[in-house]
Amino acid sequence: MSTTLLHLHTQPEVPLEAETLSPASIAGLSELGIEHLQVMHGNVRAKMGDFFKVTGKGTRDIHVEGDLSKVKMIGAGMSEGRVFVEGNVGMHIGIGMSGGEILVKGDATDWVGPEMSGGRITIEGNAGHMVGSAFRGQSTGITGGEIFIHGSVKNEVGNSMRRGLIAIGGDAGDFTAVSMRAGTVIVMGKVGVRTGAGMVRGTVVCFEEGSILPSFEYSCRYQPLFLRLYLIRLQEHGFGEKIMDKHLNGKYKRYSGDGVELNRGEILLFSGQ
Amino acid sequence: MKINKTEITDTFAEAFAMWGARVVITADSKQWARAAAASMTGFATSVIRCKLEAAVECEIPPEATPDRRPGVSVLLFTMSSKAIAGQLIDRIGQCVMTCPTTAAFNGLESDKTVSVGGKLRFFGDGYQISKLMNGRRLWRIPIMEGEFLIEDSFGIQPAVGGGNLIIMGSSQRIALRAATAASNAMREVAGVFLPFPQGVVGSGSKIGSRYKSMIASTNDSYCPTLRSISDKGVLPDNVAAVYEVVVDGLSEDVVKLAMCRGIHAAAAKAPQIITAGNYGGELGKYKFHLHEILNNT
Repeated sequence: MSTTLLHLHTQPEVPLEAETLSPASIAGLSELGIEHLQVMHGNVRAKMGDFFKVTGKGTRDIHVEGDLSKVKMIGAGMSEGRVFVEGNVGMHIGIGMSGGEILVKGDATDWVGPEMSGGRITIEGNAGHMVGSAFRGQSTGITGGEIFIHGSVKNEVGNSMRRGLIAIGGDAGDFTAVSMRAGTVIVMGKVGVRTGAGMVRGTVVCFEEGSILPSFEYSCRYQPLFLRLYLIRLQEHGFGEKIMDKHLNGKYKRYSGDGVELNRGEILLFSGQ
Repeated sequence: MKINKTEITDTFAEAFAMWGARVVITADSKQWARAAAASMTGFATSVIRCKLEAAVECEIPPEATPDRRPGVSVLLFTMSSKAIAGQLIDRIGQCVMTCPTTAAFNGLESDKTVSVGGKLRFFGDGYQISKLMNGRRLWRIPIMEGEFLIEDSFGIQPAVGGGNLIIMGSSQRIALRAATAASNAMREVAGVFLPFPQGVVGSGSKIGSRYKSMIASTNDSYCPTLRSISDKGVLPDNVAAVYEVVVDGLSEDVVKLAMCRGIHAAAAKAPQIITAGNYGGELGKYKFHLHEILNNT
């Protein structure tokens, strides 16, 4: 399948809002058409061609090269296709995404996948704060899809998420799954403090022991079968080194909470075989 | 037509349109998966009285099941698409969920689905938990041993029920040996199952009876003890016993393939005649002509 190649030739001086850098906007356009797509360089209107060299007609598959850590909103609103980024990416990657796939061979900054409802975002490096989280003032985070971060993330992963799967290969910061409505967050490293604070429903899984809020109560130590399905799926998506047989076959301590909310959420802490 | 010394009658098996579902049962051990499957497929030989036909299709190695535990694939057929949901709910609820360490997954991708886990979840009395993974909804139902995991929806598809072979032998031992060989060969075909015990029917039936309350009665044409008194007897003098092998499948092709393998396997055991049961072609949607199957399959 043919691919549209975009190479960053000029580093933006201020954040570049490039919501048109997405199969939803690019598919079907000529090279010239893509270069003329509008982007916002700070508060100044600019063209895609001012920053990117475009090779090939617009397709559902986009390959982007360069240090894009100042480029925001890559893959915005995409419902199909594939965005492959060789380099770091900026904020709001995959915003409003409902399908397709984004793969980043680098790090991401804050707000990976806000308002996401489907598809998959994979970050092979680390990510910043608010992965899969609700925007400030909104009551709901992601409502579907999958976010796979192979490295570590900072605070408030899955804030208010309602559905979907977020997997973190490394550590997570504080307030993981704060105010979670439903869905699943799996952290294969350590978690910070106040995990699951205010969660209503949903599942947080931690491979390493972490502090549990007093508003969570211990239920039992058992083998959650559903988790095997998730872990098998994650093994198939590049987490094979992090997920070992002991995680598939081992036992987990189950804590129910948050008691200040509906008390139907759960934290599952891996506790050996 | 003859295979070795066995006569293959120029006739056809008449089969019916049904609806099928496939359930993949997994458990911590092969033994528990088998136990659940055996329980689930009990009393499921014929729609005539059981309202369902079901049997184990095959065992599945751990590496091929959704949760990488030992599994058993079960096929279940009913006469209508409406009936199948109820049977799945009843049988998974009573026979699989009650069996230790088991889980139940959909094994049939189809555009048409029925809600099964979506109904059984109510057993959780409000404590059930839904998980949506890669587009498939699962239900975690809290139970005394931990959790029972079941898929929300199961695919169903049109299927074929009632393919058959009738095997006649010069002794009961020879006829049964041939029927058993046929059954074993037919069960190897993916997508088919043989609903009767070990796949062999010792008491085949005909439609109707002299008694009004009976919708089916003994197939007197093939009863050796009635050779001299039944006015419909078709048994040659050298036939001492008759067995039927009934096969259901997810498509015409798999039923044909199973029948072809069954004929060859049975013929190798030298029964007198291999024929098939039909109702004159008036009732069933499908006709499986034995000679055609042997020539073309």
